Amino acid sequence: MRVKILVRLKKQILEPQGKNIEESLNSLGFDKCSNIRQGKLIELDLPDNLDNKDTYIKDICNKLLFNSIIEEYEVL
Amino acid sequence: MSLSSAVITFPGSNCDRDAQTYLETLTNQDTHKVWHKDVTLPKVDILIIPGGFSFGDYLRSGAMASKSPIINDVLKHAERGAYIIGICNGFQILTEIGILDGALNRNVNLKFLAKNCFIKKNHNNHFNKKISIDKRLCIPVAHNEGSYYNSIEGLRSLEDNQQISFLYCDEEGNTTDHSNLNGSLNHIAGITNKKKNVLGLMPHPERAFQDFHTSQDGQLILESLLG
Repeated sequence: MRVKILVRLKKQILEPQGKNIEESLNSLGFDKCSNIRQGKLIELDLPDNLDNKDTYIKDICNKLLFNSIIEEYEVL
Repeated sequence: MSLSSAVITFPGSNCDRDAQTYLETLTNQDTHKVWHKDVTLPKVDILIIPGGFSFGDYLRSGAMASKSPIINDVLKHAERGAYIIGICNGFQILTEIGILDGALNRNVNLKFLAKNCFIKKNHNNHFNKKISIDKRLCIPVAHNEGSYYNSIEGLRSLEDNQQISFLYCDEEGNTTDHSNLNGSLNHIAGITNKKKNVLGLMPHPERAFQDFHTSQDGQLILESLLG
């Protein structure tokens, strides 16, 4: 089973990369793009028959994959 | 007073040798070198967690290093009240461990900053007690993720407990948007834990103490600890 975890900076935190991407797209003429924010996608395999899958994913996120002070995550 | 010391090296550390020279020169005794996979930290008075790019900064700066085997003993070292200085990546590692509050984000202008900057003392503690309040320290920075972040409550707590050790400033000591080179909240360059035995600092004092360095202001920080 493929698991996809999206990790993003919290909404209230300035995300300078997104701002830079937005400026680039705007300069290419894509002036309808706004509020761009960049995150990261982490993909991993887990056994199909894994018990407590949700708890397992929550644990790996809390232990390493995201920093709760600045980031939030979402399992896609 | 002579204090014993150690430096931890992680894969990707690149200021460990400078930190060792900084400690050995100013304490006048040998510094223990510790590998991140070691499980025991020598019982020393001062530990430096050096700068660099531990584990290539993968995932988040300091994230992987904060899970290294030596970290259990780093926590014990902090709990028993011994001193720790985390410099640059060392600061990031200490926030990832949770010994220091907050986090270090990407510099607001997206530039890797490698230049001299000015910092000044804010709250008094063991790490800056020999520095006068009107002294501007000229110390180099070299980082990509140095923008200090904490929640409003977290920042208030740092203020209330007098944990903000150093602020970015200009040569005259003014804290302006321009002098706050990486966009840190409240101009924060360095903080301590509540007990004030652990300092995290983005600028590199170990690159500013020898005659051939452009500044010798970095020695004031270690000299403050040495009494």
